Amino acid sequence: MTARRWGTARLVTLAVLAVLAVLLAGCGNALSISSDGSSQSITLYSGQHPQTTDKIVAAFEQKTGITVRVRSDDEDVLADQIVTEGRRSPADVIYTENSPALEFLQDRGLLAAVDPATLTATPARFNSPQSRWVGVSARVSVIIYNPSLISAGQLPRSVMQLADPKYQGKLALAAGETDFQPIVTAVLRAHGRAATVRWLNGIKANAAGHIYPDNETITSQVNRGAAAFGIINQYYWYRLRAETGAASMHSQIAYFAPHDPGYVIDVSGAAVLKSSPHQAAAQRFLAFLVSRQAQEIIGRDSLSYEYPVASGVTAAAPETPFRDLRPDPITVGQLGDGSAAIALLRQAGLL
Amino acid sequence: MSSPAQAVTAAPAAPRARRPARPAALTAVAALIAAVLALPLVFLLIEASSSGLHEDGSLIFRSLTATLLWNTIRLTVVVTALCAVIGTAAAWCVERTDLPGRRVWAVLVVVPLAIPDFVVSFGWASLSSWIQGFRGAVIVMTLAVYPLVYLPVAASLRGADPGQEEVARSLGTGRVRTFLRITLGQARGAILGGCLLVAMVLLAEYGAFEIVGYQTFTTEIFTEINEAFSLPAACALALVLVLLSMVVLAGEGLSRGRGRVSRSGALAQRVSPPQRLGRARWPVLAGFVLLTGLALGVPVAASVYWMTSGVRPSLTGVPLLAAAGYTALYGALAGALATLMALPVALLAVRHPGGLARRVLERSTYLVLAIPGVVIALALSYFTQRYLGGFAYQTGPLLILAYAIMFFPLALVGVKASLARAPVSLDEVARSLGQSRLAVALRVTLRLTGPGLAAAFCLVFLSVITELTATLILIPTGVQTLATQFWAYETNLSYAQAAPFALVMIAVAAIPSIVLGRFFNRSADPGMVT
Repeated sequence: MTARRWGTARLVTLAVLAVLAVLLAGCGNALSISSDGSSQSITLYSGQHPQTTDKIVAAFEQKTGITVRVRSDDEDVLADQIVTEGRRSPADVIYTENSPALEFLQDRGLLAAVDPATLTATPARFNSPQSRWVGVSARVSVIIYNPSLISAGQLPRSVMQLADPKYQGKLALAAGETDFQPIVTAVLRAHGRAATVRWLNGIKANAAGHIYPDNETITSQVNRGAAAFGIINQYYWYRLRAETGAASMHSQIAYFAPHDPGYVIDVSGAAVLKSSPHQAAAQRFLAFLVSRQAQEIIGRDSLSYEYPVASGVTAAAPETPFRDLRPDPITVGQLGDGSAAIALLRQAGLL
Repeated sequence: MSSPAQAVTAAPAAPRARRPARPAALTAVAALIAAVLALPLVFLLIEASSSGLHEDGSLIFRSLTATLLWNTIRLTVVVTALCAVIGTAAAWCVERTDLPGRRVWAVLVVVPLAIPDFVVSFGWASLSSWIQGFRGAVIVMTLAVYPLVYLPVAASLRGADPGQEEVARSLGTGRVRTFLRITLGQARGAILGGCLLVAMVLLAEYGAFEIVGYQTFTTEIFTEINEAFSLPAACALALVLVLLSMVVLAGEGLSRGRGRVSRSGALAQRVSPPQRLGRARWPVLAGFVLLTGLALGVPVAASVYWMTSGVRPSLTGVPLLAAAGYTALYGALAGALATLMALPVALLAVRHPGGLARRVLERSTYLVLAIPGVVIALALSYFTQRYLGGFAYQTGPLLILAYAIMFFPLALVGVKASLARAPVSLDEVARSLGQSRLAVALRVTLRLTGPGLAAAFCLVFLSVITELTATLILIPTGVQTLATQFWAYETNLSYAQAAPFALVMIAVAAIPSIVLGRFFNRSADPGMVT
């Protein structure tokens, strides 16, 4: 009786082991693209939008013959992934939309020093103060508003006015969005901790019912009239216009008063991982990102709508030229990894 | 073949107690599988302890935690109850009544499981701003996950013995009482199993809640990872989720209680004359139209709207067909692997119950469902990079293993429910009639457990189609699935380019349901069973 009953069990056992063996060994080649890169290939962990990266990567491959294998994900997950992967991380280069992820990796000692020649292409204020990442492009925070719900004259001049009760039910907020943290950091620097917490509580009340996951959602919701106005980075508005056509744009953008803490420049940058076995090729990619050719792709030949910051290239698309912007003077070093802002957002119950 | 089967049913479970209680090989294999499934838990502990008890404590014991706890619990209770009712009712109508168009409904009602959260919630959120917060989360999640109850219950009703209902009816029991006492009794294990899955999936849900603006523990975990770069804090919070899921598991175990699932007459399975709906036919039909209209129509309409509203494709991506191919390949292999892995654990649980250690072993494998996918993927990344020298990292096989781990409990519920219907005594009878071991396994056990195994495979396959966060971390570089390419377009406001990927996900999801539906309709043919 025992022997018989064991029939099924043993069969199942064998089947399980067989399938596991096949999966882990046999079809390894059939199911995956070979993961051992040759010296002429680098792996890019990209948190940047494909609007920005696609053409740059193609141009780099054509120019150098080095293949770039791109993996895309949220830059914060990529940063955590690199830390988890440790010394064996497959990443050679990380390219992010915002500086805090790079500052975080820099603080962990995971980034290699950037070639000095590469750093000189970008104004020093957009590079890592420790020279471990290089600034590639920039964006600016703006107000997006729907003129059928709020007139330009009723818009706040300062980000501090967002907490004014008169904006209750009108404000859209993406507190969990990476682009919002730098504004909180700038407010904190300008007005101190107590005022920042009061301010956060105020905007939380005003945005009740219009708290969205990201800037993309704020942009589309304000555009279709679900909320009157919100804070975004300028390029989302331009991209929505490129995607849906000018005829279906029911929103406009406006700027805060010069040097207001709501008027913040966010820097996108890139770095080489210390653990990368392809240092030379990786450094070449960084150098290419800030070269005139790549900067012109960003500024003129893509749907990125970011501002190029290196090699003296200017953007064609956003109407306001970069040199005419009057942002808060906060530096990327002062923005840091954003942990102080996160602590306050948590305290206010927004995170 | 039905006469020996019925003879066996006359002899109840009494001899089971006398069987040797230590199936060593089976226990060893099951323990090995449980150990693999425990890897994410080990990773949680390693990470959470790296930030220190004090920090974890101040993160967990703050004012927001109470809100998150309350939000998580009330949503779980309400949605689980709704799914139990909708899933069971739909399964009964499709399997047991003369509902018009049963085959079509059988396919349509399971497809919502494979629609990405983002499509469902955005479809709803763009309909009306009323769909927000708790209300929005209840509607969106109920419509997205009720198939987790439907599938196991339908499989269990399909395999159940209609004779019991006939006996009850012939003894003068009313229709409603028969349904409540016999039919629901037969499906009880499957209903509870489905509810368990719903509750645990809700604990780990993220995307949908983010869009309807509903904060739970899991949205907070993602905030920690996405904003604060704080994996240790995220892991500390995930441990709270694991504790919550232990409560859910204990609750399910208690409500299962000592009520015995009927094991009689599994081979007496035959096509029962469907219950006539009579005058209820039209209201029931209207109910199905409403259910699929809401669960399927809204997201499909939203996708079609996007597809037609964009002006020009601005991004390059992989071809639709290539992404669909990889999705189907990964889904099918993960479904098969998870089902196979579930077999030994289910065999141990069903055929050798008792023994605290073995019960804990089986129950522990459910916990993985409450851990967010991104954490599971990072756990695999941690262990392969640190202890296997990066072997298989970011390759197809490891991704498939990750899927099988993540969705193992879904397979386990399906396999367990069906094994309960294939009593070991039937194997013994078949052996005593001179059948070989292999023939017994293939002709008796496999046939009886077939519907459950298929349901297990389907549940995993459907879940893999929309999986995103773990896929992004572990997928081979350069490969895109439907979900990752959809995400790449959607996060860049290229809704027009994203929409076809959503529609193909829905189409791919329908394939296993259609194929298996046909398979069962054939094998349920009276000529083939008897």
